Amino acid sequence: MSDLMSNNIKQDREEEWRIDLRKSIKAKDRTALERIRMPEVEPNIRVKSHIEVNMGLSPEQAIAEAGRCLDCVNPTCMEGCPVGVNIPKFIKYIEAGLLAEAANTLNQTNMLPAVCGRVCPQEIQCEANCFYTLKLHKPAVGIGNLERYVADWCLNNQENIAENKIVTGPKVAVIGGGPAGLTAAGDLARLNYQVTIFEALHDFGGVLKYGIPEFRLPNNIVNFEIEKLKKEGVKFVKNFVVGKTATLEDLREEGFQAFFIGSGAGLPRFMNIPGENYNGILSSNEYLTRVNLMNASNPEFDTPVDMGKNVAVIGGGNTAMDSVRTAKRLGAERAIIIYRRSIDEMPARKEEIHHAIEEGIEFITLTNPIEYFADSHGNVNKVRVQKMELGEPDSSGRRKPVPINGSEYDIAIDQVIVSVGVSPNPIVPKSIQNLAISKWQTIEVNPETMQSNIEGVFAGGDIVRGGATVILAMGDGRKAAAGIHQYLQDRAN
Amino acid sequence: MNKIVEKEYLSDKVVKLVIHAPLIAQKRKAGHFVIVKIGEKGERIPLTISSADTEKGTITLIIQKVGVTSHKVANLEVGDIISDISGPLGQPTAIKKVGTVLCAGGGVGIAPLNPIVEAMKKAGNKVITVLAARSKDLIILEDSIRKYSDEVIIMTDDGSYGKKGLVTEGMEEIINREKIDLAITIGPAIMMKYTSLLTKKYNIHTLASLNSIMVDGTGMCGACRVTVGGETRFVCVDGPEFDAHEVDFDELLLRLKAYNPATEKNTKNN
Ligand SMILES: Cc1cc2nc3c(=O)[nH]c(=O)nc-3n(C[C@H](O)[C@H](O)[C@H](O)COP(=O)(O)OP(=O)(O)OC[C@H]3O[C@@H](n4cnc5c(N)ncnc54)[C@H](O)[C@@H]3O)c2cc1C
Ligand SMILES: Cc1cc2nc3c(=O)[nH]c(=O)nc-3n(C[C@H](O)[C@H](O)[C@H](O)COP(=O)(O)OP(=O)(O)OC[C@H]3O[C@@H](n4cnc5c(N)ncnc54)[C@H](O)[C@@H]3O)c2cc1C
Ligand code: SF4
Ligand code: SF4
Ligand code: FES
Repeated sequence: MSDLMSNNIKQDREEEWRIDLRKSIKAKDRTALERIRMPEVEPNIRVKSHIEVNMGLSPEQAIAEAGRCLDCVNPTCMEGCPVGVNIPKFIKYIEAGLLAEAANTLNQTNMLPAVCGRVCPQEIQCEANCFYTLKLHKPAVGIGNLERYVADWCLNNQENIAENKIVTGPKVAVIGGGPAGLTAAGDLARLNYQVTIFEALHDFGGVLKYGIPEFRLPNNIVNFEIEKLKKEGVKFVKNFVVGKTATLEDLREEGFQAFFIGSGAGLPRFMNIPGENYNGILSSNEYLTRVNLMNASNPEFDTPVDMGKNVAVIGGGNTAMDSVRTAKRLGAERAIIIYRRSIDEMPARKEEIHHAIEEGIEFITLTNPIEYFADSHGNVNKVRVQKMELGEPDSSGRRKPVPINGSEYDIAIDQVIVSVGVSPNPIVPKSIQNLAISKWQTIEVNPETMQSNIEGVFAGGDIVRGGATVILAMGDGRKAAAGIHQYLQDRAN
Repeated sequence: MNKIVEKEYLSDKVVKLVIHAPLIAQKRKAGHFVIVKIGEKGERIPLTISSADTEKGTITLIIQKVGVTSHKVANLEVGDIISDISGPLGQPTAIKKVGTVLCAGGGVGIAPLNPIVEAMKKAGNKVITVLAARSKDLIILEDSIRKYSDEVIIMTDDGSYGKKGLVTEGMEEIINREKIDLAITIGPAIMMKYTSLLTKKYNIHTLASLNSIMVDGTGMCGACRVTVGGETRFVCVDGPEFDAHEVDFDELLLRLKAYNPATEKNTKNN
């Protein structure tokens, strides 16, 4: 955090209304309050539809939860937020009942609060660094829940307030309409650049639309944020595959002076084990795209999807959890996670694992698939798995799973969803001559400016990090926007 | 806007559409395809760019009605807008002067073959083309193919046009007559399987343009995966053309049926 910024944070904290608010309840009384639990739709009801699981806080609950925050002199929570949201300030505005001000505070650093409030792994970011967690060993202030509360309030109350803005500065191209691209575009538009987002698919939002299911992040939330950006002057072009429909060089000729690549990590990995190409075995990208983006489970839509009765999902990340819970919602009798490590090592958010367990998802851990079998039509009907034990820690610090010989057994299944990770999609990187790329196929950038080795070409999000998180992608988008601004100013002078 | 500017029935089930899509027309090469989606509830399907006119900014698609979406596309009229077209996708055909090229097109596969025949001829090759279909009315684009082929042989299952017999019979006749440097086969997977077995017997390097099921067409989903030379490849980004002798056609044939129960349900809904 820069000194300038932390000075501002200190000044803000000394405003009269905040001092008064702090004094209005004793710290001891604040810490005595229990964390408010986010109301949830009952598991047996929610698994029958795509309805959002978390229902959001009521105004009373939000004010009560905001009251727990101590408005610390040294708000350590902010150190855990990759974009540096002024957490105590927005929370104190909630406590004071000033929601428009709370929203403004969020918007200054976070372009997509309704999204982050829902999908940020708060428990390892802001909330992990809250005073309650660090010093009191009590449940953290519900920062994510409060962020979502403010954002949803905007959605319901500020719909048509924003005016259409006219931007007049130099043209900048953003490649990919995921969180990285949306953030970069928003920041650049606010700096008066004429920004165009080029998106390969027929809809915007990246993983927020095609990956993360509606029961965690409804599409209308993402659409709302996109509409806001349109009003800020950002242009959106769909069905435009950069590297195919046009190259960066073509866009340069069209007058674009700088580029931000946020094309994500959309290349699914498979395990390359025998039988993996049988029918009924698909990547989580394919499965989730069919259901979330193409609406395949709705009979009115043309895209088909198989609704397996016994579904195995391979992996332990957010993607695996989203896939298995989707399978349950499409009517699976058995929806099983097969994961090679133990439940404690799963990279998925704890909340999602917890929700999955509530919904009746089976977990077969320390187990790995080694072969698939199919009927005479080529439809998968069986997976052979092998048990694993945890050995020495590997390079990631997690204990490495080692196969146990002779422990193989078969599980009858009729659908398999492979969620073992993604790599960057090579279409954009390959289309740019001499672009520096790592051995993981990610684009190499200067971490300060996010500029690649090619002048005027910046990148961020999963295309730089491999599969990471929404907020990190947004943080990159923001940094790159600042880098692009600097670059274009230097060039103009 | 992707407006339809021309429409022609090539047969009962096969329609030619000329569509305004200037950016795609600029960039496309023989072998490229587009992904098309009709309306908000539509599905995404791949269709080969059969030809393009860079001056008018149009591309030509030739569509055979098989299921829901191909019917929807084929039923569009002049003046209608196609809501979503993206492309050009895939790797273009490697066009080189190799000597004599034997092209085999089956059914609607004649459409994607058409630009390759033209490009191969323009690259200075001798081009011999075998067109095959069930009956006379399914032989499409004959004039255009003739224009760029040194010789055309037509085979129909029922003998209603050209010679009666299978595409492989027509090909074998040529192979026995002269030296072939390269074969290209495009058509239903089953036809490509047998043409490929034939050319393998004669040791002729052969390319097949695969028609797997796709969703995004950009390498994101893996729906289009096939086994080539023992390795999994994605047709949309690594293909659609592969060394035919390395392709596991039996797997492709099974994978094409992946959504049969589901699509049948859909077809009934419409
Ligand atoms: C199922 C799933 C669940 C997840 N859950 C969480 C979660 O709970 N919390 C969390 O923080 N993170 C989660 N993540 C990770 C998070 O979604 C990603 O890290 C984040 O979306 C990356 O953002 P991005 O903008 O870099 O890329 P993406 O969101 O992948 O967007 C990239 C966009 O670029 C487009 N594109 C690609 N190539 C081209 C091209 N050639 N031309 C034009 N456009 C192109 C793509 O179509 C896409 O729209 C999840 C991921 C998945 C798959
Ligand atoms: C790279 C590529 C280029 C193609 N070019 C053309 C073209 O130029 N003209 C054209 O008419 N078609 C072309 N196809 C095939 C076309 O995409 C399919 O016919 C279409 O997806 C079928 O969709 P549908 O909704 O009409 O049928 P569905 O309802 O999905 O299926 C109906 C029947 O067709 C079969 N089928 C489904 N997908 C395919 C497929 N990809 N290939 C063959 N059979 C299939 C199904 O098994 C089913 O029996 C191409 C395919 C690929 C991969
Ligand atoms: S953006 Fe994410 S990490 Fe930052 S405060 Fe909000 S929920 Fe926490
Ligand atoms: S650390 Fe916790 S209590 Fe302190 S300001 Fe941040 S959220 Fe409030
Ligand atoms: S169609 Fe999705 S990866 Fe090829």
